[in-house]
Amino acid sequence: MITYLIRRLVYSVPILFGVNIITFALFFLVNSPDQMARKQLGEHRVTMDAVEKWKTERGYNVPLLWNSTSTGTGRVRDTVFYATSARLFSFNFGQSDSGRDIGYDIRERMGPSLAIAIPALIIQILLATTLALFVSVLRGSRLDRWTTTVCVGLMSVSSLFFIMAGQYVMAKLLRLVPISGYADGWAMAKFVLLPVIVQVLASLGANVRWYRTVFLEENAKDYVRTARAKGLSDATVMLRHVLRNALLPLLTNIVVILPGLFLGSLITESFFAIPGLGSYTIEAIQNQDFAAVRAMVFLGSLLYIVGLILTDISYAWADPRIRLGKA
Amino acid sequence: MHLYPTDWGFFTVLVMAIVYAVNVARKPDLCGRWRRVFATPSAGAAAVVIAFYLCIAITDSIRIEQHGARVTVLDVILAPLRLQVERTYSAPFASHGFVKESRTTMHGKIAREYPRLEHGGRHLSNPDLRLSDILWRAGFGIIGGAMAWSVLIYALARLFRTRYGRGPMIASGSLCVALGFVISVAPSYHMFGTDKVGVDVLYQGLKSIRTGLVLGTLTTLISLPLAVVLGLLAGYCRGWVDDLVQYLYTTLASVPGVLLIAAAALTLDLYLNQHLGDHVGVAERADLRLFGICIILGVTGWTSLCRLLRAEVLKLRALEFVLAARSLGVGTAGIVWRHLVPNTLHIVIITSVIDLSGLVLAEAVLTYIDIGVDPSMESWGNMINSSRMELARDPIVWWSLGAAFIFMFTLVLAANVLADAVRDAFDPHLRRSR
Repeated sequence: MITYLIRRLVYSVPILFGVNIITFALFFLVNSPDQMARKQLGEHRVTMDAVEKWKTERGYNVPLLWNSTSTGTGRVRDTVFYATSARLFSFNFGQSDSGRDIGYDIRERMGPSLAIAIPALIIQILLATTLALFVSVLRGSRLDRWTTTVCVGLMSVSSLFFIMAGQYVMAKLLRLVPISGYADGWAMAKFVLLPVIVQVLASLGANVRWYRTVFLEENAKDYVRTARAKGLSDATVMLRHVLRNALLPLLTNIVVILPGLFLGSLITESFFAIPGLGSYTIEAIQNQDFAAVRAMVFLGSLLYIVGLILTDISYAWADPRIRLGKA
Repeated sequence: MHLYPTDWGFFTVLVMAIVYAVNVARKPDLCGRWRRVFATPSAGAAAVVIAFYLCIAITDSIRIEQHGARVTVLDVILAPLRLQVERTYSAPFASHGFVKESRTTMHGKIAREYPRLEHGGRHLSNPDLRLSDILWRAGFGIIGGAMAWSVLIYALARLFRTRYGRGPMIASGSLCVALGFVISVAPSYHMFGTDKVGVDVLYQGLKSIRTGLVLGTLTTLISLPLAVVLGLLAGYCRGWVDDLVQYLYTTLASVPGVLLIAAAALTLDLYLNQHLGDHVGVAERADLRLFGICIILGVTGWTSLCRLLRAEVLKLRALEFVLAARSLGVGTAGIVWRHLVPNTLHIVIITSVIDLSGLVLAEAVLTYIDIGVDPSMESWGNMINSSRMELARDPIVWWSLGAAFIFMFTLVLAANVLADAVRDAFDPHLRRSR
């Protein structure tokens, strides 16, 4: 197990390196540091001195990939690529292009993102599992057919619609919750309620349908027939046998998104003005703040890799037949 | 005739679809599968709806010169809608404006009142008769549509001598009735109202169809070669090729999708700013941007299909028929082309149909965060985006949003229903990877 984990972690280094190259290429090769400085400082009335000062502050005043004026390893090390990559890999995100400390911003904004993502995920799983179990017991009935139809309908509705309709009905017409915003402490609940409902609704259709297929597949297996043949009730069969075995494919799906919850939902957060990492990323994109976007990309891919490793571990945990490290 | 980049792409997609259809017609087993897809009532109906959307997108991709301006055939057909521009917002079927305007009355006083619209309901001498006028027109349109539909169905049945299923009948019937309604009402009223600068919302919604479909199909066109070539190579050659391809797609997949697209779109913007001269028109520029977005989505979106194909080829290459081919001396290229490609094609078809709905939905979301299509281009995302702020008005301006969501929902629902039937017909066991 330990050796397996170590191997997976070692494998993830080249992947992170690749991600780093992609983002670097996207940001720096097309857009020179001079242009970035002008963009941040204001397009036209900028002196060369100001541009140089901005570049020096961020360490962008050296060549991008290869420093021919330096000697030895300095040729590689005194470059923007090496410096910024080394900083990323040591989790020192440095300053954003607009001058704020990225690490501090990320720590600050993680909380609100989680405050929405975690309740949304839990409710979503519970609701989808219950509905799907219920429907798969009644397979082929009218209720089953209608549920699948409604699910396809729900899947076809844009998530933007749920957000806007939710804001209009719950906040404007019924005045149950504020339209957008965020507060700390207990006041948080009323701000979080609507985004959570919207997120659950937006993913409900796809989830219920997928869970239902998984349950039905499990339901068709021999051991289920055996269990029924020996006289167990529907409820016992579904809850004790089918649910436990269907857990495996469901688990992988959930675990892989677990670490990504930190990053929050881009759209939901920016619509509801939640000061989380999702809206942070959108702001960075809209302000063309490359340093911040790059940090978020790095963090996102790191969390994805962690998610993959967690998936493997959870496989081994849920299914004793699977042993890690023995391919 | 002048073609924009996305026109080239879109027509390439159509040509490839036709080539595939001809290929299907020659192979009885494939023919049977597709027949099973269309025999499902819901999928047959969905196919009719998608065909209708496609027709609109095609007419919107053929560009002609008219009065010195470059317009599409659809623009010419919709000329009454396109040219009847009001001053600002107006509600659906309205004869009066949505905003009060100051007007000097005959007695020299200034009155604040809702002005008559320049085009919507202009023919009415007495605006109070609006409702009955609309009902009359609607009635005529619906009856006309129903009659056109029965003639059409009769002609088709006579020509092809096949029986048509319940689904396509219902779908084509409702489409004809709806079309008749629109044709008789839309020239004299703004059915979905007008937007902030007075453009007819129905016209915008119809124009957006092309944007959505181009994005949905062109992206697949770009990602397919990457996914198929790399997936087949990785699965068949194994060894370092496999390692490399796996590394590539794990790396790409590990970058959060939206962020990668955002980064690439920012870069695309800068590139367009630096490399396009001033002589490039707004429309051409917007089209280039759409093309760029398709490339970005395609290049970032091939990983899941590639993974599926690799796994399938790994399974196939161990089977007897591949072994037999190899022992008979068939080369690698021959085995891949003659045996592996046809046997993995169903995965490609299923994935492409499933992707269509996702991409249409993604367009709206991407446009909302400013990394989608150009703001000057008609698209559902832009319609939603521009009318988002108006929700705070009182009374609210809901029609732009409503129209965009209805158009989008219809297409996505049809695509989802069709995708389900395709999946059931081609591979009941392939579970959708999310």
